[in-house]
Amino acid sequence: MARKLKMRIWRGDADSGALQDVTVEANEGEVVLDVIHRVQATQMGDLAVRWNCKAGKCGSCSMEINGKPRLACMTQVASYGDEETITVTPLRAFPVIKDLVTDVSFNYRKAMEIPSYKPPANLKPGEARMEQIDVERSQEFRKCIECFLCQDTCHVIRDHEENKKSFAGPRFFIRIAELDMHPLDMLKNRKQKAQEEHGLGMCNITKCCTEVCPEHIRITDNAIIPMKERVVDVKYDPVRWLGTKIRKREGIV
Amino acid sequence: MTNLERHSYDVVVIGAGGAGLRAAVEAREAGLRVAIICKSLFGKAHTVMAEGGAAASMGNVNENDNWQVHFRDTMRGGKFLNHYRMAELHAKESPDRVWELEQWGALFDRTAEGKISQRNFGGHEYPRLAHVGDRTGLELIRTMQQRIVALQQKDGKTYQSMESHLKVFAELTVTEILKEDGKIAGVYGYWRETGAEVLFEAPAVIIATGGVGKTFKITSNSWEGTGDGHALALKAGANLVDMEFLQFHPTGMVWPPSVRGILVTESVRGEGGVLTNNKGERFMFKYIPDVFKDKYADNEEEADRWYTDQDNNRRPPELLPRDEVARAINTEVKAGRGTEHGGVFLDVSKRISAEIIKKRLPSMWHQFYELAGVDITKEAMEVGPTCHYVMGGVEVEPDTAAAVGVPGLFAAGEVAGGMHGSNRLGGNSLSDLLVFGRRAGMGAAEYVKSAKPVAVSDATIKAAGDRIEAPFSRSGGENSYSLHAELQEITHNLVGIIRTGSELKEAIEKIAEIRKRSANVSVAGGRKFNPGFHLAFDLDNMLLVAESTAKSAISREESRGGHTRDDFPQLDNKWRQINHIASFNGTEVSVRKQTLPEIPKELFDLFDVHELEKYMTPEEITKGGAR
Repeated sequence: MARKLKMRIWRGDADSGALQDVTVEANEGEVVLDVIHRVQATQMGDLAVRWNCKAGKCGSCSMEINGKPRLACMTQVASYGDEETITVTPLRAFPVIKDLVTDVSFNYRKAMEIPSYKPPANLKPGEARMEQIDVERSQEFRKCIECFLCQDTCHVIRDHEENKKSFAGPRFFIRIAELDMHPLDMLKNRKQKAQEEHGLGMCNITKCCTEVCPEHIRITDNAIIPMKERVVDVKYDPVRWLGTKIRKREGIV
Repeated sequence: MTNLERHSYDVVVIGAGGAGLRAAVEAREAGLRVAIICKSLFGKAHTVMAEGGAAASMGNVNENDNWQVHFRDTMRGGKFLNHYRMAELHAKESPDRVWELEQWGALFDRTAEGKISQRNFGGHEYPRLAHVGDRTGLELIRTMQQRIVALQQKDGKTYQSMESHLKVFAELTVTEILKEDGKIAGVYGYWRETGAEVLFEAPAVIIATGGVGKTFKITSNSWEGTGDGHALALKAGANLVDMEFLQFHPTGMVWPPSVRGILVTESVRGEGGVLTNNKGERFMFKYIPDVFKDKYADNEEEADRWYTDQDNNRRPPELLPRDEVARAINTEVKAGRGTEHGGVFLDVSKRISAEIIKKRLPSMWHQFYELAGVDITKEAMEVGPTCHYVMGGVEVEPDTAAAVGVPGLFAAGEVAGGMHGSNRLGGNSLSDLLVFGRRAGMGAAEYVKSAKPVAVSDATIKAAGDRIEAPFSRSGGENSYSLHAELQEITHNLVGIIRTGSELKEAIEKIAEIRKRSANVSVAGGRKFNPGFHLAFDLDNMLLVAESTAKSAISREESRGGHTRDDFPQLDNKWRQINHIASFNGTEVSVRKQTLPEIPKELFDLFDVHELEKYMTPEEITKGGAR
């Protein structure tokens, strides 16, 4: 069952690095993270890789496998050809710390910029009533495991460091959408803020984020596009635009 | 030491899983300056893996539920070895803790009336688990992670800095809890990213480091479950209570090898999943213990009817407490009635439709489809026991979560002992970490009010630093990966689901042997994000845990919950009065017996006395609880 697998693993740090060739045993049913662990235990004791749950639930082992952003724990070795070399490299959108580990602190900074959930003022514990169908829209986005593959693949920031300052990225567009669709959230201007402060307008809906999402969240169709439509509605509808000016509306309902 | 990175806080929380985050929220809301330290990135803690739900007797689905019923179920599940006060606080407070999460933005699944939905789970008399599909743990951790951010944003407005009063230090390992003059003074550790050392000075430390699963070969735990808090507490002079009790979750994946041990949620059985052996026999009917005979159906017809009529039928035996199901599966496999890969079959496809399976068990479907090539809407899963949870842990005062014997030290969540007795019910873990995480935060806040800051001496700092440098100063020594693998073989073979005296004795000797060799671990490469170096410290912790477990296990000459002795197969009511207390003198772990606190009369009276007779001695029954 076991076979010899050829791998190329990027090793290095912020200063320099290169792909290194290794041959490692791979057993039936194994995923890429398993063989990386075998390399670590037998050939490269100090090979740096992040991982936690090994079941696609924590989103730690994000890397690029043959150039595609993927979770190493959910990528079967058998999904590549018998003679194919598997190349693993760190996420390209973030600065390398060491080997396959990158500095993803950008995402945590962005998380702190998103206005938090605002509950209704007088709702007592246990008194909330919500329909299942209403919570499901936000629940889709709350499936997010924060693997940041969508952030990594998004071309707005993938090769454009300069855009990072003004662009929160798909992970945080679904966070905003989730709060915006939350049946009880009381903050009214989320979409407008997404547009004005978090760079929603920079997204040109190429759906790359949706394609790489291991949770199959329909980031573009269910979060980004609906928010863009509503923002456009208000911004370019002269009557509604006037309404926002005259009545000093807090935002877009 | 001039270059040493130093921080000063009111309280340091070690661990950013559910208990740690809940403790941090409480401590910050009480006005404290709080540091949260975690080994992984923020939001990746093992809590994300919790699938089933959080047990809380809200009575949304069955209005007969209340804290008394939940308390009774918890005590039964733990075979009455639980600390009654912890079980009482837990049952009383968990509904408020769940509702509180909702106020912070959590979105649980709903009932038709729009309330939080609750599902059935093993050992719980009524549907009780608040859930979000089968990813409840993720919802919990994300909600609290976002609550932390909300508090930081509030601080940002008040203090012009979001991290001035509440800061997360991610990917940082704590190697030591520091004490001066018998009191907590702070913690010492290193950044995983750079290997650089860090000192935190703080009068209070909350340990919320979770479990010990990585001590074992087959486990549902991630790499983080290395018993760090258990070992740190022992070394700081705290006690570990009842470390012999480990929960082997009955249903872990068994195939393919790379996913062996990964959890298959109990919800699969809660939703109607049936266990069969290779003869197609629904074997659980053979394994209903006497103490549970009046609550579990002894025939398929009644068990099947229960799913639609719970008032007039007994529960299916697949929903017995986890220890019972794990032992049953173990027995079936050993008797040659297992599957090709050494498990049994768990099938949910025959009872509920594909559509409902995908809706109620989405991540299970995903996990089996993508990792094992099995479509659980059409075929059976292969499952077997996996080391899942440690009931034993730091001995604490129930109301404050203060570690017994160490002023300034607190512990909550899986790392704390007592709450679950000899066996934890599914769903009681998420509620445990909410209830006692909050109490630890409150306990620390109360302690800090009167505690004076304790300066950490240079000698203490130097000793902590030397220990981190040690593995680099040796060369050609032992490899931490191989020692870890050897330890896992020993625990798996000799301290596993079924134990005997002679094997435990052998295990204790072998663990001591590895302890000796581990003093000679050397590490290749530098300090920068070096997993071999990280494992050297984890290994040290796991060895202390394994020693505590083996020594407690050899002393307990009975079988109860998560501790089964082949040579003492019976439940012994005299042993129910005994807790094991493990402590560490700097060289080895010793275990002594301690009398369990007596259950007060008002809690005693919640039970039918005939049920208590199964667990208590005649003298205890006559006395009828403490007055």
